[in-house]
Amino acid sequence: MDQTGHTTLAEWSTEDPAAVEAAVEAFRRELGRGYYGVVTTGPGQAEMVRDLPVDADLVIMRAPIAGG
Amino acid sequence: MSAEQVLPEVATVHWRQRVDADKLVRDARLWTVTTTAHVVPFVAVAGTMVALQPLAAPVSAIALAHAWIIPELYAQRGANVVRPRRKGDVAAEDRAVGFLGDLVDHEARELHARTGLVLEEGSLGIWLMGEAGALLVRRGSKRVYCYCVRASDPDLPSGDRIAHLLLALRADEQGFATVANLAFSGARWRVRRRLEPQLRPALDAAVRRAYD
Repeated sequence: MDQTGHTTLAEWSTEDPAAVEAAVEAFRRELGRGYYGVVTTGPGQAEMVRDLPVDADLVIMRAPIAGG
Repeated sequence: MSAEQVLPEVATVHWRQRVDADKLVRDARLWTVTTTAHVVPFVAVAGTMVALQPLAAPVSAIALAHAWIIPELYAQRGANVVRPRRKGDVAAEDRAVGFLGDLVDHEARELHARTGLVLEEGSLGIWLMGEAGALLVRRGSKRVYCYCVRASDPDLPSGDRIAHLLLALRADEQGFATVANLAFSGARWRVRRRLEPQLRPALDAAVRRAYD
């Protein structure tokens, strides 16, 4: 989620090691930029992830929050 | 909750006690005591002045006005946390709202379309998520907690700003409430009448859910 609404950083399939590697690289790059990986685990539920869960359908990078 | 699932942002406010149901009750009491401490002296001054000298009635009226306006200003501060911000690029806003819509159910989508706020049920109560803040309605309570909290990127479209907050809330609700700054805690009616009119149905919906 970014200034454009949202941007797809990577798409991968577990059968495509190169795509997985690119996705892992993109994930780490976003972590390095201060974003956090989040996976929806059910209605109203989410889980933070430190490594790319390659079997997840969607991983969202969320920005840090702070009190205003 | 495992350490891995605690919001990392909590470390930036390490001196704060983690918010839970008991902490919310204590916060509410503190707000009541603070408000009382602001109001009672003015009311006492107003009463004493009229008792001593009836001609001082205008001064008493000013003191009473102060007693009335201070809680109102606090409530206004609370309501301001969900005040809509200026919208940016239309295409980005549309994309962000579409993405946000994927994260919530139909009812929340419809409420967001009408009010700009997203209703989210949590263990602490019913949340209304705005672009730079959130309201918490406790179950079975007439009190609203107003939190000032925002995603770190100020240039995000409004839908994304809400989505970032929503994901943080879902990952660690207590951590979210700990990171957020409590701007006001008080009577629901006090906050409601200070909300912009288009936001009030969202608070009404949250209250209905809180009493379901």
